[in-house]
Amino acid sequence: MNDRQNHTVFIVKMLFCIMACSMPFCRQSHTRVQQSILEKTLLIANQTEPQELDPHIVTGVPEFHILQALFEGLVIAEPQHLKPVPGIASSWEVTPDGLNWTFHLRTDARWSNGDTVRADDFRFSWQRILSPALGSEYAYMLFCIKGAEAFNKGELTDFSAVGVTVVNGSTLKVELCRPTPYFLSLLSHHSWFPVHPSTILKFGAIDARGTPWTRPENIVTDGAFTLEKWEVNKEITVVKNPLYYDSDRVALEKICFYPIENQQTEERAFRTGEVHITSGCPPTRIDWYRKNHPDLLRIDPYLGTYFYVLNVRKPPFDNPLVRRAFALSVDRRAIVKLIKGGETPAVSFTPPGTEGYTADSLIGFDTTEARRNLEAAGYGPGGKPFPPVELLYNTSETHHLLAQAVQQMWQQYLGAGVTLVNQEWKVYLTSKVNGDFSIARMGWIGDYRDPMNFLDMWLTGGGNNNSGWSDAGYDSLIAVAANSLGNEDRARAFRGAERILMDSLPIIPVYYYTNVYLIDPSVKGWYPNLLNLHNYKYVSLAAAGDNDR
Amino acid sequence: MMRFLARRILIEMPLSLLVIFTITFFIIRCAPGGPFSSEKNVPPQVLRELNRHYGLDKPLPVQYVTYLVSVVKGDLGPSFKYPGRNVSDLIAAAFPVSLELGVYALFIALAIGIPAGLFAASRAGTWFDYLVMAVSMGGICIPAFVLGPLLVLVFALLLGWLPVSGWMTPADRILPSVTLGVVYAAYIARLTRGSTLEVLVQEYIRTARAKGLREGAILFRHALRGALMPVISFLGPAAAGLVTGSFVIETIFAVPGLGRFFVTAAFNRDYTMIMGTVLFYVVIILVFNMLVDVGMAFLDPRLRTRT
Repeated sequence: MNDRQNHTVFIVKMLFCIMACSMPFCRQSHTRVQQSILEKTLLIANQTEPQELDPHIVTGVPEFHILQALFEGLVIAEPQHLKPVPGIASSWEVTPDGLNWTFHLRTDARWSNGDTVRADDFRFSWQRILSPALGSEYAYMLFCIKGAEAFNKGELTDFSAVGVTVVNGSTLKVELCRPTPYFLSLLSHHSWFPVHPSTILKFGAIDARGTPWTRPENIVTDGAFTLEKWEVNKEITVVKNPLYYDSDRVALEKICFYPIENQQTEERAFRTGEVHITSGCPPTRIDWYRKNHPDLLRIDPYLGTYFYVLNVRKPPFDNPLVRRAFALSVDRRAIVKLIKGGETPAVSFTPPGTEGYTADSLIGFDTTEARRNLEAAGYGPGGKPFPPVELLYNTSETHHLLAQAVQQMWQQYLGAGVTLVNQEWKVYLTSKVNGDFSIARMGWIGDYRDPMNFLDMWLTGGGNNNSGWSDAGYDSLIAVAANSLGNEDRARAFRGAERILMDSLPIIPVYYYTNVYLIDPSVKGWYPNLLNLHNYKYVSLAAAGDNDR
Repeated sequence: MMRFLARRILIEMPLSLLVIFTITFFIIRCAPGGPFSSEKNVPPQVLRELNRHYGLDKPLPVQYVTYLVSVVKGDLGPSFKYPGRNVSDLIAAAFPVSLELGVYALFIALAIGIPAGLFAASRAGTWFDYLVMAVSMGGICIPAFVLGPLLVLVFALLLGWLPVSGWMTPADRILPSVTLGVVYAAYIARLTRGSTLEVLVQEYIRTARAKGLREGAILFRHALRGALMPVISFLGPAAAGLVTGSFVIETIFAVPGLGRFFVTAAFNRDYTMIMGTVLFYVVIILVFNMLVDVGMAFLDPRLRTRT
């Protein structure tokens, strides 16, 4: 062996020695998840960096997950069935007409700086979110309050004319413009959360947008946790608020939210014990978890519908027979098998689980009927050839997969050639709003558990009604439901409206969403619910073998 | 040299920045969709207020001049996506992370690439040369989004030595740095080998050999200096790219760097963020290119007299 070879052998031996020596030091003795159970710290992969932590500005789900820890409204949602239970308000009364509500605030509710949470704080907060200059996208959530919509649109400038009255420091009266049976459920949404008035005013006017009041050094909160650290794109940490009125019940000492956008990355982080809970699960891994670790995989029902919207303003979808033919030839069972997330085939637009109403089964898979409808519309054998149409969707693997599947179904069962067009998100939104499509993919997730949240979408001229569809009978039934207090009257009106919608079919409902994610068995009190709403004061961590709280 | 630097800094750099500022400003406004369009309809009165708040209700030339004046004063404006944050703050928070990652990656790239290229050239035609070239070709061909998860699979999931994501502990730095560095190492190895082979047939190398110098001394003392010229010109834009972050690496490893802003700002139509990241990248590119020119002049006396 010459010098050069000796030299090479020596280097290789050294490399192996270094690797061998470093192994015991590198191998992790325990995972972060195991360590954090002892420290009572919950580690959550929270999808994306939050836009803001201002409850009156934000619109996204990741933001809501953090706000849930920091703020509390008049009522909170009970974690299993989402029933409204006392939050900052210890009790309330409502007049028989359902229009006037009186809330009694608990006297021991404190802001994180020690100030008492007062009725005035709620009035200030609701005035803030309704202020036109703030430009809050969720201001409409408060439009059930008398005068709120007019104030938000600038038609009313005096907030004292809006139906929010402070009786005294701990009593708040709210006057609604119409009976709203789901009013209490609305109150646990972040748009109704109070903000600390003097903190807001310290950094600008009541309607100033984008001030630094939400920074950890400035923010004052009234929830079970306070903000300790906010490092952009890295980590948000909240710690237990000792001044919270129910702090004895709060089992967690700390929650860390990590903005991990990539589903594969968060799944790997979960697998190596870096997080307790993920925001999702890659579709390619669902079967593996089902087979090997069903205890770690959660598939919860979710209040949302995936559907295709048809542009009824132009042919061929201006013809209801064509719309019916297309809707009947979608094999929804095959589609949900394809995407593997435990979704349910849609039989109507409103998903199951809304309060006091379950939609009838109004649409199915019937290729014979579909062909008959298409022929009745004058297309097919002996009729006109079907014109070329496009299916528009935003660029995404899942949407593409589904679009390919329905394209094949329409080709196979109807002989209709459909071209797939995928566009970047903002381009797609522009096309959709401008009506520049024949068929477009859409999804709708409910903010609260009421059928109104789904069905008022299709009112004539509604902001989200991109189909251009209009039906006076439908509009009047939704108006009846909006003004009914009795559950039966409302349900009847919704049932009638949904039947009109599903007869006319400006949309093709495909499936009801599920929420698929991974969760470590040490997390207790994390119950499945339709809104993916988890109040952290009910959540705890327990090592294997420990009892549930 | 001083006159060359003064011209670069005082005339060429501001002019380049102005041209790129103008082109970017108007191109992004041509893209369909706006910063406030979302799946749920934004009511007209809200949209009006948002446009007014960010000055988007003014005519485009007015917006251009206003923003240009603001940038000249050092204010890149508020982010449209993150309402409570200034673009400058977001860049200032993310850049140190990208810089750190970039420096590690650059170190790995140079530490592997240059010696590998040099030794391959000195043993041209042997199995070692073929091995280095094959591995470097693999490094170039395997994209980071394949290499990253592969390294995670081996070192995090199978061996359990390293964490899969995050930017908290020193161990978090290893996999992203290696993934990013290896690709550049492959380029540098091939460049170094090629240029070294050219240098090794020069007459001054033959003279050195004739004088009886050891091969190592010839390689490191005489050949390396000449062989580094193409590597240095490659390193200018490469280093600028490395220190300003990589969207792919940051996404795979959940690194809170600047790279993801380049992509997400465009997707979100976050006009000020797009402008901020583009201008920042241009400044870095111009500075690194200038450093390359200075470095080349230092290595090659002929260039010094020319500049």
